[in-house]
Amino acid sequence: MTSKLSNSIKGNSQNFSWFRLIATLLGAILLLFIISPILGMVLATPLESIVSTAADKEVKESIWLTIWVAMAATLVFAILSIPLAYILARHNFPLKRLVLGIIDLPVVIPHSAAGIALLGFMARDSVLGKTSSLLGFSFVGTPAGIALAMAFVSVPFLINYAREGFASVPERLEKAALNLGASPARVFFTISLPLAWKSIVSGLIMMFARGMSEFGAVIIVAYNPMITPVLIFERFGSFGLKYARPVSVIFIAVCLAVFILVRLIARKENKDA
Amino acid sequence: MLRVENISKRYGSFELNDITFQVEKGDYFMLLGPSGAGKSIILEIIAGLIKPDNGGVFIDDVDITRLAIGNRSVGLVFQDLAIFPHLSVYENIAFPLKRKGMKGQNLKSRVNVLAEEFSITHLIKRNTQNLSGGELQRVALARTLALEPKVLLLDEPLSSIDVQLRASLKSLLRSINREGQTIIHVTHDYDEAISLGSQVAVVNSGRIVQTGTPVDVFRNPASEFVANFSGIKNFFKGTISDSSEHDLRCFITNGISIWLYADDNSGDGYVSFPENSVSIALENPHTSAINTFQGVIVDIFQQKHGFEIWVDIGIRVAALVTWESVEKLGLKTEKKVWVSVKANAVRFIPIA
Repeated sequence: MTSKLSNSIKGNSQNFSWFRLIATLLGAILLLFIISPILGMVLATPLESIVSTAADKEVKESIWLTIWVAMAATLVFAILSIPLAYILARHNFPLKRLVLGIIDLPVVIPHSAAGIALLGFMARDSVLGKTSSLLGFSFVGTPAGIALAMAFVSVPFLINYAREGFASVPERLEKAALNLGASPARVFFTISLPLAWKSIVSGLIMMFARGMSEFGAVIIVAYNPMITPVLIFERFGSFGLKYARPVSVIFIAVCLAVFILVRLIARKENKDA
Repeated sequence: MLRVENISKRYGSFELNDITFQVEKGDYFMLLGPSGAGKSIILEIIAGLIKPDNGGVFIDDVDITRLAIGNRSVGLVFQDLAIFPHLSVYENIAFPLKRKGMKGQNLKSRVNVLAEEFSITHLIKRNTQNLSGGELQRVALARTLALEPKVLLLDEPLSSIDVQLRASLKSLLRSINREGQTIIHVTHDYDEAISLGSQVAVVNSGRIVQTGTPVDVFRNPASEFVANFSGIKNFFKGTISDSSEHDLRCFITNGISIWLYADDNSGDGYVSFPENSVSIALENPHTSAINTFQGVIVDIFQQKHGFEIWVDIGIRVAALVTWESVEKLGLKTEKKVWVSVKANAVRFIPIA
């Protein structure tokens, strides 16, 4: 450890390189590009307007809605995604590349287009719409519809993270567990899943964060009830920049807080395990 | 007890071809061959991790070829051991027992008994990350033997272990075998095969080229491959006796004493010496070679270079002699000759 450290210090002092200097400068510009608009917005927003907006019932409801719907979408789709990720990591089958391409599709298509497609898929005259109305609920304009829109654009993150996690578990360990009498299901739950857990948690967090911040697909499926990204858009359209800023600042803060909290919980779990 | 019959398996250009052998209860069966010969695949087929294209595997005359992996009563210890890294030593050993529905105090005491048997009681609470190769090997053995398999399969168990620790692991394996555990052990190491095996099958290019006791196989190699792989025709089983002169030890086989250098003071084992270290004379040569015996030539074979001459001195010893010497000494069968072997050329391999 110490020798590694002293080596890197030596490396720094001995090999001055123009390349490294320029790379660092370019990186600094990029970081500024990310930080300064957000920081500028925070600084341009008076504290009292943040406080009063935070007390706004409409804002509070939208933030709460955004968080729980994104969380519900993540958990429900985890049940579908994690077994698929395992199969993709462990087995080769015809058209596997096509399947992998389909999974990445939501990432590359415009999210508004995804919203249009989803709207048709869940509209009242579709199979899904008819089935749901028989069961007494509707997807269009409801949290269920929002969850579907969020999941559609964010589930590739979970599948890909989980797939990489499973792929990094040595197959030998699964074979050994089979030899020790475990059934394939038991091997999955006691060996593969715990060893891939770190990547799966990263995937869950990514999917959750991506779902929470989704705007394009959601606004087409459900303008109301209003999730916070839609609310920000609405305040900007109706009242202008000044009124959109406080909601944005609050939502960014909430996103960061949730993100950090989830990471901390995940890290603690990892230590306990 | 375990029968492998006409197993074939094709993998691209590699082919396991018509593998047939039989292991009796209590055998320590060695599968010896160079790497890439297909030994590990044979183990994985017996364990059910690989399905053979043809042929069958039988335990106590029951066909287990299509049986589920977990129901075969075959324990496999992988070359890399496959210790579960997220579980503690205790949980690793408990893993197969839990599946059998064992829990609570029963489970705990069974794990503790196993840990004691394998001298890892002090490690039981540790996680497995910082254990040495030898400790991990013991954890893997305890975990695999927890289910009391009918056959224990070991894939190169000594390869991941420091040379110093090999002797103790060898005697552990030997004692497991002595308690009645049937073992099939895969190795590329000729010494390992000799010192542990009660039966040896030599594997090359996906075929079994010879099967028998170590003495049978190494003294009577059935093919050029086995001869080259074992390389040695002067190969004898016997005992090192207590008597010694300076550093020299006396090895006794069939009433013949052979002097040699060895670290072991006593015990059973094998000695070997190359054919080209044996010289032949018509009269007692009084050379520096310590091992000098009188005997009768029983066989002469022409070789690529010179002749291989077999002399009976109470045991049959092979010497490699040039064409010129055969001519000069007039060597022929039934002629009485003196044979000498330098103590330095004799190698002792103890039985673990």
